[in-house]
Amino acid sequence: MSAESPEPASAEEQKEMEDKVISPEKVEEAKLKARYPHLGQKPGGSDFLRKRLQKGQKYFDSGDYNMAKAKMKNKQLPTAAPDKTEVTGDHIPTPQDLPQRKPSLVASKLAG
Amino acid sequence: MSHKQAGGPPGESAVDWCLYQLNGAAEFEVSEADIISTVEFNHTGELLATGDKGGRVVIFQREPESKNEPYNQGEYNVYSTFQSHEPEFDYLKSLEIEEKINKIKWLPQQNAAHSLLSTNDKTIKLWKITERDKRPEGYNLKDEEGKLKDLSTVTSLQVPVLKPMDLMVEVTPRRIFANGHTYHVNSISVNSDCETYMSADDLRINLWHLAITDRSFNIVDIKPANMEDLTEVITASEFHPHHCNLFVYSSSKGSLRLCDMRASALCDKHSKLYEEPEDPSNRSFFSEIISSVSDVKFSHSGRYMLTRDYLTVKVWDLNMETKPVETYQVHDYLRSKLCSLYENDCIFDKFECAWNGSDSVIMTGAYNNFFRMFDRNTKRDVTLEASRESSKPRAILKPRRVCVGGKRRKDDISVDSLDFTKKILHTAWHPTENIIAIAATNNLYIFQDKVNSEMH
Repeated sequence: MSAESPEPASAEEQKEMEDKVISPEKVEEAKLKARYPHLGQKPGGSDFLRKRLQKGQKYFDSGDYNMAKAKMKNKQLPTAAPDKTEVTGDHIPTPQDLPQRKPSLVASKLAG
Repeated sequence: MSHKQAGGPPGESAVDWCLYQLNGAAEFEVSEADIISTVEFNHTGELLATGDKGGRVVIFQREPESKNEPYNQGEYNVYSTFQSHEPEFDYLKSLEIEEKINKIKWLPQQNAAHSLLSTNDKTIKLWKITERDKRPEGYNLKDEEGKLKDLSTVTSLQVPVLKPMDLMVEVTPRRIFANGHTYHVNSISVNSDCETYMSADDLRINLWHLAITDRSFNIVDIKPANMEDLTEVITASEFHPHHCNLFVYSSSKGSLRLCDMRASALCDKHSKLYEEPEDPSNRSFFSEIISSVSDVKFSHSGRYMLTRDYLTVKVWDLNMETKPVETYQVHDYLRSKLCSLYENDCIFDKFECAWNGSDSVIMTGAYNNFFRMFDRNTKRDVTLEASRESSKPRAILKPRRVCVGGKRRKDDISVDSLDFTKKILHTAWHPTENIIAIAATNNLYIFQDKVNSEMH
């Protein structure tokens, strides 16, 4: 029996290989979609931008907070999940979540 | 300025950079407030201002040359420091307003005083810096401490005289430009007319007169009627260095718009749109994010614009809208790390870029405390590092190399060992000399050309 030489890859397979080689970005994209299947279809679009515009928004409603406390007496309040979709209204900030006002009027260490 | 011969293997610099000074606490002592958020030389390079996350500004002044102390030449000493902005809370909108200084811009000096504009997310302030080195003595009614004299002891009149005193630098807020922005201010730029300046936030650009704080003209407004239709935001903007009617603004989609204020009062319609067409087959989830322009700077000549996006720096000719004339890869090896860079938010880091005085070299920061320089004439590029370990005073900085697999030389760093928390976002180049200021988290490095420093 004669030794078989490896079949040359078909044109399609070759293109697929080329795609993978040419575009590490697409490989990365596949990785991301595998981890976050619910990631929005328009990544650079309005969801992402609106989140950027809302930077600094801290909502604290003492009424909501106390109601939630009453409902789940012994359970811990849910903390925000570090996910990449827009967080709207589900998460009730606790006083611990809100950042403390920073002390001012301390001299910069650059000034020696 | 002496010109070194271009030559030697790639990855080497025509200029020998050496550490001149390093300010700031050691890295393990970093507090959030100490993180430097902006660095800017004034128009002569005599003064260097830094702003930080704690809302403070530190101004350094260059020691004038003196034959007596050759080693102190060109050293930047602390000239003044002040609290520019403080944290605020907008109760109506439930918004916390950070005191972080986003940008500092110097006004051209018009008299003995120096002036600068500093801005946080919402409020721009004009500061005047004056020196006092004399004080009047010999008042008739008050004594040395300022207490009223017992008039019965006063027997003759004297004329107060000015006596020299230790130099005192006083900084006063002259104007506060508040309530001009709903969104977060990302840039300010002083017009070449020295009377007006602009401030840009994510969706709007305002034109102010330096002497008028209760009014501002809106010159660009890209807010859509329905916020659901929002597709891009303004990321940076700058006035042309010579033509007072021209300015440019960049977007999160990677385009630049040149606007002419003579054309209309509201410059929503651009005069020129600079955009590089994208190959649709290469498009990925990350394409738009990495094409977002984080900084735009006109060349000193006014002929070119420099932009920085996540992976490249590009030089654009004002006369060519279809594509940049030059593109330089800053750290293309990150393309295969985009997934994790998205997860840790590093993909949104906003790097700045800078021209040297003659517009022949461009500089930008990267990760692992690396910064990159590209010589436009020789097409050589170099990677240098701003860290305590690799910068001994007066020793020449050794070029660094990131290896991406394949042959690995000694001292190379592999992509996986890069420290993404050590980012050099803010850099500045002296207007005329080979002196650069690099902000590495909470530390300020000043590097000078070895030849330059030896000449003094």
